[in-house]
Amino acid sequence: MDTCIVGKLPDKHLERQEYLTLNFAPTSAPQRQQRWYNNGLSADFLGDYFAAFFPGDPVAESAIDLKGTVKGAVSYIANELLENALKYSSESSNLPISITLYLEEREIVFQAINYADIDTAKRYRQFVEEIDSGDLDKIYMQQLEKTSLGDSGSCMGILTILQDYSAQGTWRFEPLADNSSVIRVSVTIYLVVRSSEQYSNGF
Amino acid sequence: MEIKTEDYRVCYDSATSTVFLAGFLRLPGMPEYEPIMNLMVDAIAQSSNMTIDLRELEFLNSSGISMLSMFVVKVRNQGDSQLRLLGSHKVFWQTKSLRNLQRLMPALKLEFA
Repeated sequence: MDTCIVGKLPDKHLERQEYLTLNFAPTSAPQRQQRWYNNGLSADFLGDYFAAFFPGDPVAESAIDLKGTVKGAVSYIANELLENALKYSSESSNLPISITLYLEEREIVFQAINYADIDTAKRYRQFVEEIDSGDLDKIYMQQLEKTSLGDSGSCMGILTILQDYSAQGTWRFEPLADNSSVIRVSVTIYLVVRSSEQYSNGF
Repeated sequence: MEIKTEDYRVCYDSATSTVFLAGFLRLPGMPEYEPIMNLMVDAIAQSSNMTIDLRELEFLNSSGISMLSMFVVKVRNQGDSQLRLLGSHKVFWQTKSLRNLQRLMPALKLEFA
C-alpha cells in the first residue's frame, strides 16, 4: 500500500500551538478490556476539558447550551475514535494509540492515530473512500439496516460522527518505513462548534 | 427483569410496559449488548405496545445505537407491535441520533420530553 489520503481537508495541524494529546502505550490482549473502559474516562475528560473554553450561551433550536453541546459532541466523537483506534490496532506492532484535540477559532479538530495490519487498513480505506465520494445519508441508512442484521463491522462510529454531528473527516494511510505490512492510520475530524453568526458576534 | 452495573441500569416495568435505560452505555460490541437486547425482546413479547424510556441514558456509543437499530428493525419486521421511544431534549446524543431510528421504522413514535 502506498501512502494515501482520503478526504478534502488538511490532516496536518502540527504547527498549532494549542493542543492536548493523550498517548496510550501498546497493551496486550488481557489489558484491552480494561483499556476499553478507560476510553470512556478519557473521552469524558476531553469533553469536560474542551467545554471549559466555551460559555454557557444558548444554542438556536436546542435545549442544551454551547458548553453542554461541546461536552456532548467531544465526548461522543473522542470515544468513538478511541474505540476504533483500539479495535483496529495491530497487537503485534507494539505501537501506541494517540488522540490529539486542537482548539481552533470556530472548530475543534480531532486527530486519532493507530497502527493497523495491512488488510485491516485496506478494508477501512475502502470504506472511507466510499463515504468520501458517495451519498453519506444513503450510506448511513444502508449501514444502519445492515447493522440491524447483526453485521458488527459496519463502521457506525464514523458514520454517526459525520452524519449526526455534521463533522468532516480526512484519513491518511501510511506504511511504516521499516515494516510495510503495518499501516499508520491517522483520522482527522473537524467539528464546527460556533456558527458564523456567533463568530461574527465575537463569541 | 433488570440488568444493573456501576455504569448503567436496564429494567422492564410490566405495569407500564416500559423498558428503562439509564446511565452510561459503552459496551464493545453486539455480543456484550446481547443481554440488553434479550431483555427488550422478552419485554415486547409480553406487551405489543411498548415504550423504551431513554431519558436518563446519558451516553450511548455507536454499538449501542446499532443495538437499538437492530431492535427497531426486529419490531418493524414483526409488524404486529407498537413501539414508542421516549428521549430527552437535554441529552445531547439523543437530540442527534434518535431521529434516524424513526427513519428505519416510520410507525415508531418518537417523543422528546
